[in-house]
Amino acid sequence: MTANATENGTPILQMRGINKSFGPVHVLRHVNFAAYPGQVTALVGDNGAGKSTLIKCIGGIYPIDSGDFLFEGKKVTVHGPRDASALGIEIVYQDLALCDNLDVVQNMFLGREERTGFVLDEASMEERAAKTLQSLSVRTLRSTRQLVASLSGGQRQTVAIAKAVLWNSKVVILDEPTAALGVAQTAQVLDLVRRLADQGLAVVLISHNLVDVFEVADRIAALYLGQLAAEVKAKDVRQPQVVELITTGRTEGVESELETGVDEGVTA
Amino acid sequence: MSTPVVDVPESPAELTRSPSLGEYFRSYIDRVRGGDIGSLPAVFGLIVLVIVFSILRPVFFSAGNFANLLTQGGPITVIAMGLVFVLLLGEIDLSAGFTSGVCAAVLATVMTDWGWSWPLGIVTALLTGLVIGTAMGTLVARIGIPSFVVTLAAFLAFQGTVLLIIGEGGNVPIRDSVVLAVENKNVPPVWGWVLWAVSIGGYAAVVLLRAQRRRAKGLSAEPMAVFAVKVGGLALLTGVAVYVLNLERSRNALVISLKGIPWVVPIILVLLVVLSFVLGRTAYGRHIYATGGNTEAARRAGIKTASIRTSVFMVCSTMAAVGGIIAASRANSVDPNAGGSNTLLYAVGAAVIGGTSLFGGKGKVRDAIIGGAVIAVIDNGMGLLGYSAGIKFIVTGLGC
Repeated sequence: MTANATENGTPILQMRGINKSFGPVHVLRHVNFAAYPGQVTALVGDNGAGKSTLIKCIGGIYPIDSGDFLFEGKKVTVHGPRDASALGIEIVYQDLALCDNLDVVQNMFLGREERTGFVLDEASMEERAAKTLQSLSVRTLRSTRQLVASLSGGQRQTVAIAKAVLWNSKVVILDEPTAALGVAQTAQVLDLVRRLADQGLAVVLISHNLVDVFEVADRIAALYLGQLAAEVKAKDVRQPQVVELITTGRTEGVESELETGVDEGVTA
Repeated sequence: MSTPVVDVPESPAELTRSPSLGEYFRSYIDRVRGGDIGSLPAVFGLIVLVIVFSILRPVFFSAGNFANLLTQGGPITVIAMGLVFVLLLGEIDLSAGFTSGVCAAVLATVMTDWGWSWPLGIVTALLTGLVIGTAMGTLVARIGIPSFVVTLAAFLAFQGTVLLIIGEGGNVPIRDSVVLAVENKNVPPVWGWVLWAVSIGGYAAVVLLRAQRRRAKGLSAEPMAVFAVKVGGLALLTGVAVYVLNLERSRNALVISLKGIPWVVPIILVLLVVLSFVLGRTAYGRHIYATGGNTEAARRAGIKTASIRTSVFMVCSTMAAVGGIIAASRANSVDPNAGGSNTLLYAVGAAVIGGTSLFGGKGKVRDAIIGGAVIAVIDNGMGLLGYSAGIKFIVTGLGC
């Protein structure tokens, strides 16, 4: 870890020297990645740069081939989505993974229903869901018993994010949360992302939209062809530099805070 | 986006506020307009059918025929209740009809030919259904063969199985009085009223308790007026039914008295309550809806979707076994065509007419009852009008 990283406090989530291959395709090459509590870390990169693979490794969907997975400073092994959830890592995927035929409360508690004996405890679940939505200052839902099918794109995103934070999670990873949204709804969701970080969560935001990234991110990690091109503070860079990092893997005048592994012959 | 964006800023407290009576109805109408019609068309159709048949053939609207309707509709309704589980996952069980036939044949064989007692016979029949469902469910969920293919194959195979068990042209009679009573005997009138009182009282208590718990937590609850209308309406409707069924319907009451609710009705009622509870109030039921609505989302939520998929076939085939037992009771025997001809089509029709979606995720057990009633009314009414089987099938088809 470099001196710069320690200035930000200890990262709650740290991936060190991660390698991941699918058969002959080496998708992640010695990637270092970190997320800090109370900060939004944007993960940017072109299509095929390895963003999705990286978060799937974090979420326990893919096992990592080599490298260290540290959570709250301790080395952990994550064998599946359950392990990741148990640590407090929640991922909101791009497709949101909501059931249209269920209502907001039912979706938020899906797979982790509260019950008394055999019977579902609907009242407690509804109470907790409403509390969580209130704590996130969500004002866009009419009722917690609305079917998800009747919600707009922004409302669905809100429900998916609320579902992720319901479980006292510490790290929330959002995969392209604004990709399919209009202007007003994008603003609402970004607002929500900022509030999550302000509540002390470590937020990882994956986005292609650099305007969004610069609006909410504290740190930016750029992946280029499976390698970490740079991890920088958002205020230290300008948009064209990030574009350059995404497209060429390097840029003038940007000093990465983490060892990137790019052009160091690590994987050559 | 086609739906208007309802991003109206409202205070968070709005989320849990109790609606007034007017708001409650308005939100219900909104839901109906929004396409969430449920079993509304079926109820409407049922009323129209009853009126039409009553005008054309007054005997349709008699106590005797009402009892007939219930016993006629019994087997397919029960099979349809099981099918709802399979349909909720967007799967289909084409073999449910002949599964009921196989189970009925097993029942008849072990009881009549081997002389087993009725509890043993019924358990054997139910287990047969369970084993069939487990096998088909495993093929669908674990091996990934489409349910249409698996159950189509089973449809053919079970047709042969019934033939082999019963023997071509054969017929195994049912002589056990308990099994025969299901479709041929009635609940004593007094007990009919007791059953009615207990059911209505139980329903009211459950609804009240739930509302009370919700209010205690500061959540929105149904207005009391809605509760009163629901319970009162149900009490009145079922009360009339019990009263009519308790009337003497024998042509010659001196020879044999015929009054009371057919035993099959409380049996279906119990199945309805149990299965509705499972679907609506347990995590298992919730996971069925989730898997049917979005399998990938359910899988990511940690739900074992393959197990859920297997289990619904187990429920369906076991319910088919119950349907087979009821059908055997009605026919007093099991023949090689048991569970054949239109059994399956009527059962699927009943579930779907009632409002269960063929694409999964939408449906309730009570849909099967309402749909089963529609099918039974058409079948019975057309029969009374003296139409041939051909015309009957065509009209039933149009009704669907």
